[in-house]
Amino acid sequence: MSSSRSAVSLKLPDAVPLFAALGDATRLRLLGRLSAGGPLSITRLSEGTGVTRQAITRHLYALDDVGLVRHVRRGRERVWDLNRERLDRAKRYLDQISAQWDDAAERLRAFVEEPE
Amino acid sequence: MALKTQAPNNTSSTDRIEKRVVLRAPRSRVWRALTNAEEFSTWFRINLEGAIAEGRPVRGKLTFKGYEHITVEMLVERIEPERYFSYRWHPYALDPAVDYSLEPTTLVEFSLEEAEGGTALTIVESGFDRIPLARRAEAFRVDDQGWDGQIKNLAQYVE
Repeated sequence: MSSSRSAVSLKLPDAVPLFAALGDATRLRLLGRLSAGGPLSITRLSEGTGVTRQAITRHLYALDDVGLVRHVRRGRERVWDLNRERLDRAKRYLDQISAQWDDAAERLRAFVEEPE
Repeated sequence: MALKTQAPNNTSSTDRIEKRVVLRAPRSRVWRALTNAEEFSTWFRINLEGAIAEGRPVRGKLTFKGYEHITVEMLVERIEPERYFSYRWHPYALDPAVDYSLEPTTLVEFSLEEAEGGTALTIVESGFDRIPLARRAEAFRVDDQGWDGQIKNLAQYVE
């Protein structure tokens, strides 16, 4: 989804697989590495993880299925990168609660700053 | 709005939300607004029944238009007069048909400090990583039911 309006109205059936794909420590670590230094090859992504390249590949495809990452060819290699637009939507749950606290804080401000 | 200038203090980790605001009011005034059930009810838009007391649950119906049928329960954890107040609750527990009681709670903490011209208030809500994934996704459904005002606020935080 490209416009901010359609991104905001993410529907429940769309959100469930997204969160399910995020519910795995290895996948979260992969997203962290891509976030810090992507795009990266599977070889680079496997380094220091103690997880086989085959397992890393499976996790990357699981993330790909829900649109969190994507891969492109770079020379003879395939490299993986984040799909940031999709990640932003996962962040939106906290953004909503965050916005509610902004509202609550503003109401508190009005309440305590008005003369009694 | 003054809150905008505080935006850099909004954390973006998945487990916690942090807000910091400076209120132009004495610490004692802010403390009363936070821990007197009647005053809390007014600004928070809830109708708490009973007092806010350490180790005790306190509950009440929301007074937000359209959400008056929702009862919210807060379990008060710790009260340090004029400095710190915390409670646990179920975030976004807005579906009366769902029993949230067995789910993990988030911790809400209010901390007060002296600040130039008033009182610095820090609000932290943490523990979101323990909330079931399906519930986190459910928030989008609530969104679909029309949190138009919230979305406007949201626009300040997304690129």
